[in-house]
Amino acid sequence: MSEVSMLGAINMAMARALEDDPRVVLLGEDIGVNGGVFRATDGLQDRFGEDRVMDTPLAETVLAGMSVGLAAQGFRPVTEFQFMGFIYPGLDQVINHVGRLRNRTRGRLSCPLVFRAPTGAGIHAPEHHSESTEALFAHIPGIRVVIPSSPSRAYGLLLSAIHDPDPVMFFEPTRLYRASKEEVEDSGEGLPLDVCFTLREGSDVTIVTWGACVKETLSAATQLAGEGISAEVIDLATISPIDFDSILASVEKTGRLVIVHEAPRNCGVGAEIAARVAERGLLFLQAPVERVTAPDAVVPLLRLEKTYMPGEKQIVDAARRVVRYA
Amino acid sequence: MGAIPLNKRLVPPTGEDRIAAEFQIPYRQYLDASASLVAEPPEFARNPGIMISLYRAMTLSRIFDAKAIALQRTGQLGTYPSSAGQEAIGVGYASAMQAVDAMTTTYREQPAQLWRGVTLVELLRFWGGDERGSDFSVPREDFPVAVPIASQAPHAVGIATAFKLRREPRVAVCALGDGASSKGDFYESINLAGVWQLPVVFIVINNGWAISLPREKQTATETLAQKAIAGGIPGIQIDGNDIIAAHQVCSEAITRARSGGGATVVEAVTYRMGDHTTADDASRYRREELVSAAWKLDPLARLRNYLANRQWWSKTDEEQLIAECREKVEAAVAEYMKLPPPSPADMFDYLFETLPPALQWQRKQFTGG
Repeated sequence: MSEVSMLGAINMAMARALEDDPRVVLLGEDIGVNGGVFRATDGLQDRFGEDRVMDTPLAETVLAGMSVGLAAQGFRPVTEFQFMGFIYPGLDQVINHVGRLRNRTRGRLSCPLVFRAPTGAGIHAPEHHSESTEALFAHIPGIRVVIPSSPSRAYGLLLSAIHDPDPVMFFEPTRLYRASKEEVEDSGEGLPLDVCFTLREGSDVTIVTWGACVKETLSAATQLAGEGISAEVIDLATISPIDFDSILASVEKTGRLVIVHEAPRNCGVGAEIAARVAERGLLFLQAPVERVTAPDAVVPLLRLEKTYMPGEKQIVDAARRVVRYA
Repeated sequence: MGAIPLNKRLVPPTGEDRIAAEFQIPYRQYLDASASLVAEPPEFARNPGIMISLYRAMTLSRIFDAKAIALQRTGQLGTYPSSAGQEAIGVGYASAMQAVDAMTTTYREQPAQLWRGVTLVELLRFWGGDERGSDFSVPREDFPVAVPIASQAPHAVGIATAFKLRREPRVAVCALGDGASSKGDFYESINLAGVWQLPVVFIVINNGWAISLPREKQTATETLAQKAIAGGIPGIQIDGNDIIAAHQVCSEAITRARSGGGATVVEAVTYRMGDHTTADDASRYRREELVSAAWKLDPLARLRNYLANRQWWSKTDEEQLIAECREKVEAAVAEYMKLPPPSPADMFDYLFETLPPALQWQRKQFTGG
């Protein structure tokens, strides 16, 4: 076992998949010799050859669409889009074909692919490099949306996404790429999709989050514990479809819910979680649901990105408010 | 708005310039509108068996098409795009393919789909609003028709990449329209097909109209075939109403692709005889004289005259064929009408291989379970 960063874990998962499954191919811009703009595919072309790790021209529409053709032919394309802000030319394919090929052919053709894209702010990147638009994708039927929050979950969830017979959008928080290292065993074992992970058990408030915000939320939970507030932290992990039963069970236990996401508030995935709690768990609640999110504003350039992103303080404040409500 | 020929619009070379690259776009026609041979035809055109089989397929498609429109008008089919007038190119490229090849296509390609083995009942099912119509019993790897314009071009590139990676002698054929040739999907696809030398052939079916926009307002290029040059692949324009040119040129392109020679764009000039779809009224934007002039170029009549001129086809043959096609179509309609409607559960059961647990409650809600 070795200590790896999230990038290392993602690289390890792709190497494992390439090793174990001849159907797996990697596609993307600069992923070959260069190893990807973040080096997620570092060394993989050297190791597996140009037929398995393919540098494509700079054209995201055909990158997305050719992945559909490859997947329908029985390959397992793992396609890298350099940033979430550049995946949008492929969105037509995601909505019109990726998410519906199986359905519209009644199972004759399917689309087992993974679209990987770095997501989120916080790395001092230029404009369009700090998007958190997972809610756009969560609205699309027929696909899964997954966001890992640690090296081991990145490894396990990516492997499961690659093994899955259906399409998965896999968004990797850039802020966590090199933030920490942990021991990850290259076991070839995936982690389950469609379920959330309870990272910390608690009894006073449920905090649901995902991706990079998991980091601040766990720090907030530690701080809250010092004040005698016991927070349960749930990493949603699979953003769509949502493992709502686990969230509801937690809210039934704690009676309070705070949702934290880096994406803008309006129609964010937090809204869906809050709405479902209102539908099925209203009477569990001892306080209004709180959302800690980015504002409904364009992601600012780097001078303001810290202000834009939800921080530990806002999470702690929200948790205190719901615990001390009425 | 008369287009100025490209040569007059080009930056004129000065004394210091040399020509960096030069290109030509050939045009192929064997059979003119009067069914006369204007060039020495390929061998198959001398073979009555082959030519009659192409004619039979084109006729079946035309008769099916008329029936489909009638069904729509009487509320028994959904919105339907007529393929009338485009039978030669459809049957032409489909008959140039092998069974192991794969097709991605725009809508309006019923002539090609039928040749590939999609059944009349499947076509009726699909246009009648039932996804089971795209679960083709025969061309299992052909894509269902792509409604978003040109979005099927990248699929063909992906399929061709799969063939190339597996070193299989197979070809992906992508059929798209003149409007589609303006889209980025098309350019990105021909570009990748060129640089990776993929076994894919793009058939640009230039029927003159992208709904209401005529060809001359679609692009300033003299031909759509020359767009191939931007992707570094050959482009050729053909008379798309000439079945001999359609079959021959597509065969050449497909054979070249199969043998590792890379991709081609074939622009087939034809005409959309009908409205865009049954929901459209082309009289709002298209003068009737244009349509009556186009009927003089009808691919079906042209081939029939070619056959008759060679004593390969009689009036009786024609009457028999029409009766036979009508019978087939009526039988298909009867079968289509008898099909039970899809189950509400079908909305969920083909979304994923296994429906995620988180969606089970919705399935229950919609199936009354």
